Amino acid sequence: MLVLGVDSATRVAAAAIGDDKQLVAELFFNTRKNHSQRLLPMIAALLAETGVELADLDGLAVSLGPGSFTGLRIGLATVKGLAQAAGKPLVGIPTLDALAWNAWGVPGLICPVIQARRLEVYTALFRWQEGELCRLTPYQAVDPASLVSLLESYTAPVYFLGDGVAPYREVWQQLGARAHFLPPPNNLSRAAAVAILGEERLRTGRPDDLSRLKPLYLRPAPAERQTR
Amino acid sequence: MAQETNILAIESSCDETAAAIVSDGTRIRANIIASQVAVHRRFGGVVPEIASRHHMENIVPVVTEALATAGLAFGDVDAVAVTYGPGLVGALLVGLSYAKSLAYALGKPLIGVHHLLGHIYAGFLAYPDLPLPAVCLVVSGGHTNLVYLEDHTTRRILGSTRDDAAGEAFDKVARVLGLPYPGGPELEKLAREGDPRAIPFPRAWLEENSLDFSFSGLKSAVINYLHHARQVGQEVNRADVAASFQAAVVEVLVTKTLLAATSYRAGSILLAGGVAANSVLRRELRSAGEQAGLPVFFPPRELCTDNAAMIGCAAYYQYLRRDFAPLSLNAIPDLPLN
Repeated sequence: MLVLGVDSATRVAAAAIGDDKQLVAELFFNTRKNHSQRLLPMIAALLAETGVELADLDGLAVSLGPGSFTGLRIGLATVKGLAQAAGKPLVGIPTLDALAWNAWGVPGLICPVIQARRLEVYTALFRWQEGELCRLTPYQAVDPASLVSLLESYTAPVYFLGDGVAPYREVWQQLGARAHFLPPPNNLSRAAAVAILGEERLRTGRPDDLSRLKPLYLRPAPAERQTR
Repeated sequence: MAQETNILAIESSCDETAAAIVSDGTRIRANIIASQVAVHRRFGGVVPEIASRHHMENIVPVVTEALATAGLAFGDVDAVAVTYGPGLVGALLVGLSYAKSLAYALGKPLIGVHHLLGHIYAGFLAYPDLPLPAVCLVVSGGHTNLVYLEDHTTRRILGSTRDDAAGEAFDKVARVLGLPYPGGPELEKLAREGDPRAIPFPRAWLEENSLDFSFSGLKSAVINYLHHARQVGQEVNRADVAASFQAAVVEVLVTKTLLAATSYRAGSILLAGGVAANSVLRRELRSAGEQAGLPVFFPPRELCTDNAAMIGCAAYYQYLRRDFAPLSLNAIPDLPLN
């Protein structure tokens, strides 16, 4: 099953092609350049270089968030256009799931943290159970100290990863020997994980509604917050 | 018979998600608008993040509906056009990202259109042969410009507002008069019952022969007038205030447009933008044009406010000269017209 995965939720712009759970190709940039200028040319280059046509794909997958609101919309609008024009199914993959996948098989809790401004991180807790990535808590925006308090109620080792690791390292280290960190490249979300998780979803579940699919913002728009 | 050129156009620069299909720059096959006016009303103005979120949910449905209305399939589309500025950057990026990937997936050219040029070309949708060179007055909530159109490729800004846009002044004055959002059309309605000569609000002419505009002083004068009346406990005739304010804006707009048209020897005058729907402005500009022997054109009202058909028309002239954009095209919130 040939799937194109796209991720522009954070500073990373990435696109990958997966085929039957194997990675065929991946383009990945962790540099400050506008996603709007880079993302589609990257996808075009990836397809051209691999000789894969949009028509050959079995589906598309996109990193749905949480993350940068604008980055999420660039990614989702881009794949919506591709999926609609090519008549292909589309699935949205929560960015935290894709990030947790970078801690494949670790024995303990997986705690992806994505910078969320206002001194908070987007997070959820995961664990590998019988070869399946299981999510234990809801996706949420939370301040790092509260997250550590929550983690103190568990006893298992905790594997932190994501772009929220470095800015709050001292907070995570309050867990002492239970806090574990992954090699730096694993802190960045990968389109490969989006493509492979997307393939799973396309195999087992229903594709998302192309018209109605929206990013996983986790936060209301600023003005809505004020009037509530 | 030669095949028609079908352009699928997309517009998301502010609070309307719009898609249109225009054939040969004149025939509107579909013109679909998902308006967010009701969404933003409770905030008294457009909230950029909320607008961007709604664009995300509206963009596929408006394009699907445009194709269905036109009775066309993606395969019939010859080019994809999109507004890439000026506007709210987050809002622009939804339409732009989507339009770019459509163009790429269909293997068709991408055409990036300037939003104001779109407003100007709303006139060419209705009057493809309007005499050039023309002077165009573009008035909306975000812009007030006098533009010299030499032909379909050469244009020049002759004058711009130095502070508030004319439409912005309408909206702000409507707000202090307690009128509901969006205030411009409501103010025009109220003004119909008022006397435009009741209150001598100031006209900002700026330097002699200047083609620039300024409306913030007028707006302040209205606020001060209402404030003063409240202080001395004087009854205010709101309709007179609305009519007198509107008369001050229209007089400056019309006079400067005529000055531009005569000094640049234009063959016609074109009115464009959301405020071009204002009946008093249309009437006064037409009568001033007639006196000067200049034909005045304005688009039908439904094409004055933001829509994608105007983008499709502007894009057609870019299509003819193969003015295509790369897939790296970015949204530019303060895109200049020149």
